[in-house]
Amino acid sequence: MTKLRRSMLFVPGNNPGMMSDAHIYGSDALMFDLEDSVTLREKDAARLLVYHALRTIHYGDCERVVRVNPLNTPYGKADIEAMVAAGAEVIRLPKTETAQDIFDTEAEIERAERKFGIPVGQTRMMAAIEGALGVVNAYAIATASPRLIAIALGAEDYCANLKTTRSLDGSELFYARGAIIVAARAAGIDAIDTVFSDVNNEDQLIRETQAIKQLGFDGKSVINPRQIKPVHRVFTPKQQEIVKANRILAASREAAERGSGVVALDGKMIDRPVVLRAERTLEMAYASRAVFEEDET
Amino acid sequence: MTRDQEFYSALSALDQTAYVPGANPRLNEKDPAPLKNRMARENKIVESLEKAVELSGLQDGMTISFHHHFRDGDHIVNLVMDTLARMGFRDLRLAPSSLSDVHAPLIAHIKNGVISHIETSGCRGELAKAVSRGLMDEPMVFRSHGGRAAAIEEDEIHIDVAFLGASSCDPFGNANGYSREGEEKSMCGSLGYARVDAQYADCVIVLTDNIVGYPNVPFGISQRLVDYIVCVDDVGDASKIMTGATRFSTNPHDLMIAEATSNVIVHSGYFYDGFSIQTGSGGASLAVTRFLREAMLEKNIRASFALGGITGAMVKLLEEGLVSRLLDVQSFDLDAAQSLKNNRFHQQIDANYYANPYRRGAAVNQLDVVVLSALEVDTSFNVNVLTGSDGMIRGAVGGHPDTAAGASLRNRRLPAHARAYAERARSREHRGHPRRHGGCARDRSGYRGESAQARGRGATRKSAPEGHAHRGTRAQSRAHHRQTRPAAIWQQDRRHLHLS
Repeated sequence: MTKLRRSMLFVPGNNPGMMSDAHIYGSDALMFDLEDSVTLREKDAARLLVYHALRTIHYGDCERVVRVNPLNTPYGKADIEAMVAAGAEVIRLPKTETAQDIFDTEAEIERAERKFGIPVGQTRMMAAIEGALGVVNAYAIATASPRLIAIALGAEDYCANLKTTRSLDGSELFYARGAIIVAARAAGIDAIDTVFSDVNNEDQLIRETQAIKQLGFDGKSVINPRQIKPVHRVFTPKQQEIVKANRILAASREAAERGSGVVALDGKMIDRPVVLRAERTLEMAYASRAVFEEDET
Repeated sequence: MTRDQEFYSALSALDQTAYVPGANPRLNEKDPAPLKNRMARENKIVESLEKAVELSGLQDGMTISFHHHFRDGDHIVNLVMDTLARMGFRDLRLAPSSLSDVHAPLIAHIKNGVISHIETSGCRGELAKAVSRGLMDEPMVFRSHGGRAAAIEEDEIHIDVAFLGASSCDPFGNANGYSREGEEKSMCGSLGYARVDAQYADCVIVLTDNIVGYPNVPFGISQRLVDYIVCVDDVGDASKIMTGATRFSTNPHDLMIAEATSNVIVHSGYFYDGFSIQTGSGGASLAVTRFLREAMLEKNIRASFALGGITGAMVKLLEEGLVSRLLDVQSFDLDAAQSLKNNRFHQQIDANYYANPYRRGAAVNQLDVVVLSALEVDTSFNVNVLTGSDGMIRGAVGGHPDTAAGASLRNRRLPAHARAYAERARSREHRGHPRRHGGCARDRSGYRGESAQARGRGATRKSAPEGHAHRGTRAQSRAHHRQTRPAAIWQQDRRHLHLS
């Protein structure tokens, strides 16, 4: 079954209240943040807090991601060590600019895994690209380690780096989004889009999510539990899409039995890419429980 | 025959007979005043509150009542109590329909001996804390709204003087929570709880800041029932009368609980065209209404009526045609009050009509779905709405037990993680016991102590009368919706218990 990463909820690492029940809202992944949402004087406390939360709280099906401080800060090393020890599933590296950042981080993770007796390679990585250099190096970054499961765009820093601001239509992010999705697909990993920060503007959130889904992204970071539902609604296949996908697969199976490679359905040609898309739709439908396997006819 | 037996045999006799004119001597005494008196009282306005109190014949030890329709903006209770304290009254018994944060000054009156006893349906803020810590010598008594109406009707609470604030009143006593005669200073909508007081109190003093021309129709309180009218500067603080409920919650917790609650309702089997519903106030309730609205639109389902405390969200449903009628015992926000003023399908009702368990019809018995909030629920669905887990009084019984007993489906929203639950919700309401923390609040048991204990409930006493005899026959088309009605409710009806 496809691992869903439609939504990744940001949880500040210094907020025990939000941490204790972050999983009840049904996001596919939780990202505990030790970096930007934690002030310098709270870095140690937040690290301990997240460590104990990961050790203590059962987060159910949510993928547990921790955004650590970069290795060039005094906190990066300790963060990685603690989070690996706590059993975080994914370490998210912020402000990734080159493949070397990934190599360095991977080395730290491996050291920590050996130290705590965790099978080497179990802890996965996610790289956040938050600057022009990172976008240019996107493919190198995406292929730097087999641990990488996804690369993500961090738009706020990227816009600052580009000397521009974020707009509603996201035109300034167009190249970065394109570069990241292409790099991710070339490397065979997922691509996660940046946050949409106006929590009260649900309509625009939906429009933006539809746009990035069309670009090919697998999911979006969210900063408020209220954003989870709308994002999921965009990514979950609609009932008629599911029905259509089922009909396409049935037609293609029938064609295969007859020994024919191409078949027509409702006057349209069904070839290999169409079948692949239909399979992908059903995979998403199963994974998001929009349809149950036994419903398939 | 013990007092109980007399009471219940009288009640059962009442059940079996039609209305007998004159059977209730209190009603008879109250209404027809001699012509001379009537002439003298054509203008019932008296110059001051002190004068009205003198005329009312109030004495030490008597019971006075108030309503809580002005909620946190109420000026009446404090104004009247300060005046009575100045006039030297002592040992008064207070029977307000509810008390809230603004009534903290009562603490001083309790300490000074002006107030010796309080019967209410809710208590919050500093006063609640002080009472929980043992401020009063006599326990504070809590009753549900329906239970209070019944107690007043049956003289269990005998109101000597009712001080009722009104947003508008004409010189002859037609009072209301709004006015069609122009702009009122402070509007509160329905006067549902006050109407019971007006009907049964020996003397009724209406306090208003807006005298309008005769006749002030529609009226909440009839001229027939009012003795004196006093003009005051402000009945309440308009900005605080309508607080709390209007804001739509953005708290993800509230929204999640609201959505779950709405889902439970939709899948409960009680979500059919023509169903009826009651929601409380507060952000999460508004959110339930919003989610439910979406479901109603999607499934093309309309509600026949919404009951109880009415919110702006419910009014919106009425205006959209998703709800056909509103039965309003208390208007929670300005939208609700405006609608009551302008919409003829928005009906003001009193607490008797709403939830009195001992009369020929309580609207709660017609309810399909009620959404209630709770402070604590245990795994057997015993619900506490009155005290926090620390034993401090911090809420109101309100219509909770009435609606829970009457409605087919009860949803209780809980803070934090608890999901709404439905079908098997047993209506075993109980209240926490502040006494264990040294306080002296207690429940006025619908059961006498020994019967509650005999039924194995130990220290857990029952709240005010909860059960409702299910007497009126419901429309056949709805009969099947009643089949899953839990048997527990019937056992709780105190008549049923004692007579069987």
